[in-house]
Amino acid sequence: MIENAEDMSTSTLVDSALVEALVARHRGHPAALLAVLQDLQEELHWLPREALLGVADCLEVPLTRVYRVASFYRALSLEPRGEHLVRVCTGTACHLRGAPGVIDALQRDLSIGPGETTGDMRFSVETVHCLGACALAPVITIDGKYFGGVKPGDVSDILDLYRK
Amino acid sequence: MSATVTVTTLSDFRALQERARERRAALKHVVSVCGGTGCRAAGSLAVYEAFQQAIAAAGLDDAVVRFTGCHGFCERGPAVLVGDQEYFYGRLKPEDVAEVVQRTLIEGEPVAALLYRDAASKQRIPLARDVPFYAKQQRLALRYNGLIDPCDIEDFIAVGGYEALAQALSGMTPEQVLQAVEASGLRGRGGGGFPTGRKWRSAAEQPEPIRYVICNGDEGDPGAFMDEGIMEGNPHGVLEGLMLGGYAIGARQGYIYVRYEYPLAMRHLQEAIDAAREYGFLGADILGSDFDFDIEIVRGGGAFVCGESSALLASIEGDAGEPRPKYIHMAEEGLWGKPTVLNNVETWVNVPEIIRNGPEWFKSIGTEGSAGTKVFSVVGKVKHTGLVEVPMGMTIRELIYDVCGGVAGDRPYKGVQTGGPSGGVIPEEHLDLSIDFDSLWEVGSMMGSGGLIVMDDRTCMVEVARYFTEFLSEESCGKCVPCREGLWQMLGLLTDITQGRGSMEQIALLEELAEVLADASLCALGSTAANPVMSTLRYFRDEYEEHINAGRCRAGVCKALTTFAIDPETCTGCHACVKVCPVDCISGQAKGKHEINTDVCVRCGLCRDTCRFEAINVV
Repeated sequence: MIENAEDMSTSTLVDSALVEALVARHRGHPAALLAVLQDLQEELHWLPREALLGVADCLEVPLTRVYRVASFYRALSLEPRGEHLVRVCTGTACHLRGAPGVIDALQRDLSIGPGETTGDMRFSVETVHCLGACALAPVITIDGKYFGGVKPGDVSDILDLYRK
Repeated sequence: MSATVTVTTLSDFRALQERARERRAALKHVVSVCGGTGCRAAGSLAVYEAFQQAIAAAGLDDAVVRFTGCHGFCERGPAVLVGDQEYFYGRLKPEDVAEVVQRTLIEGEPVAALLYRDAASKQRIPLARDVPFYAKQQRLALRYNGLIDPCDIEDFIAVGGYEALAQALSGMTPEQVLQAVEASGLRGRGGGGFPTGRKWRSAAEQPEPIRYVICNGDEGDPGAFMDEGIMEGNPHGVLEGLMLGGYAIGARQGYIYVRYEYPLAMRHLQEAIDAAREYGFLGADILGSDFDFDIEIVRGGGAFVCGESSALLASIEGDAGEPRPKYIHMAEEGLWGKPTVLNNVETWVNVPEIIRNGPEWFKSIGTEGSAGTKVFSVVGKVKHTGLVEVPMGMTIRELIYDVCGGVAGDRPYKGVQTGGPSGGVIPEEHLDLSIDFDSLWEVGSMMGSGGLIVMDDRTCMVEVARYFTEFLSEESCGKCVPCREGLWQMLGLLTDITQGRGSMEQIALLEELAEVLADASLCALGSTAANPVMSTLRYFRDEYEEHINAGRCRAGVCKALTTFAIDPETCTGCHACVKVCPVDCISGQAKGKHEINTDVCVRCGLCRDTCRFEAINVV
């Protein structure tokens, strides 16, 4: 994942001021590593390698530790995400009430599985273990908007709302 | 909200309390719209706004619409309570609101057509307290859900909030608070059921003066949202519990670790902390005592293992959430190596009630070994999905049938999973089991944090075991071999069985691996991970054997072992199945005989679930 670290440190793809501002928000404490990465994830929707290098530099922690934390947590993504994020709840309630069928339907429509992004960068599909809206199972969210009681046959119509 | 007061003494607090009560009492027309995550997803924000508009239009100046925490009855969301008597309206639509305001709020009469209709008696039930779902509940942890605006600190104070803190700081020593918690018999609500007072005592007895209290809000059990409901609906109650804990054990700093997927809970807690600091309930010399205390929120990173106590500490310290061996006791060496008390959200929120009402009162609720109540999230194939809080000792049958209305579609009950992925399944023969920590252990399950997943005859128990094993193998942090490799191997075996490649030897191998996991894993994630497999093997071994020997999944879930067929005798030709089939594999004229083209069928089972005549079955 991270190669040519020295070359990349001079990259301008990630605004270094952003990294510095986020680190400052957490008073530059190395223990704030996870929090800084979460803030960056919110801003950029994923963590490009330059961002990891910038964080290691600003917090003065080894890059190996930054990568260890960044690759451990599901909330942090080391891959770019598409314009629209489709999250399929696979909590037990949703699983029993048909989430696997919804994932199959997404696969049929978008030709991607969970954890993948369409070639045109329009959609990413992820699974999430319970969104706490079990009464509406099976639930998917698109960019944070909830769709409840989703049937496999509904999936294409829901996606159409985001396919201008 | 009125101008801020800083509460620096007990008399300041009493004055604030008086003012908050008066302000609340002056509001004669009250509407409570559920603002929990489930109801919001079902559109409760639009209902809330419709009430605000309708009340403004009616010119009521002594009315208030509160956007409250979860009412619990998620299945009927958006759930709304109207008036002091609490008329209950479920699945309310914005277009119905004007009528409810006029008829119920102003004239005090129910709108019959919108009331809850009891399935058994066919009667409309006007008041929430008479609706069976609510009638049998006893709410301590959820005491303010539905009652107050969670983001209004004065609303919280008006109904009794921070009273326990005031009592403790003005009239009790830390030792007395600790003794009260010990005497109450409170046991940890996160799963283990360890006596809370004993945990506090061991931290309080450490020589090290810097100590921490932590609230575990990393509710990772899929299909469980008790803590979410509490953090969203009563954030100040959680803070008050932490303050009392901090006072009792001599900690000056508390942390709340909140699950990544709960943005609303995080927002409410942050607003509560900001308000508590502003009013002087957090900070230095709280209420004129010499007690200093502050609380910080730590966001989770979406890793289930961080619900495990030592992994959670690692995560707060900014590291990857990997557990450490259990022989290092958190009470001695916890966060940053200091004595630490970590309790679950529901445990903390019980503490103020214990201090306010006394340990004897708390002990009088529940059973001898399990005092108090327990919140459950009842989900899956059940009629009334939602959050319920009942005294310990209620039977599973009462909870599922009397409170939650029974199995969805009145299908046969097969089992209920308690304790989440670390728990086990409870079959029909144990339906009359009392729900308490010890009884559940005896039948091979556990209380866990309170997730109850109801399963019917169309749930495949082998597939359920595979699902939990897959979940855990994904969430295993990978630090110890038994968990990392053992779960992966078990998942492979279970996948083989569900896909028609199983053998009887694999069952023996599963059992052997389960033992290794239980004995040799580093943390509770691994040592309990085989529970779903063990308990389904214990009660539903015949289903495993049928998968292997007959190549059939009776529940119609495992696709490789399922063939659906339409029984020509029972089929009425209603055409309903044709309309729902996502791959158009059902043919037949309306009122004529229907057939499934099994070459095209994707075995999703939608046709079967849609058929009202039970004409579609597994062959």
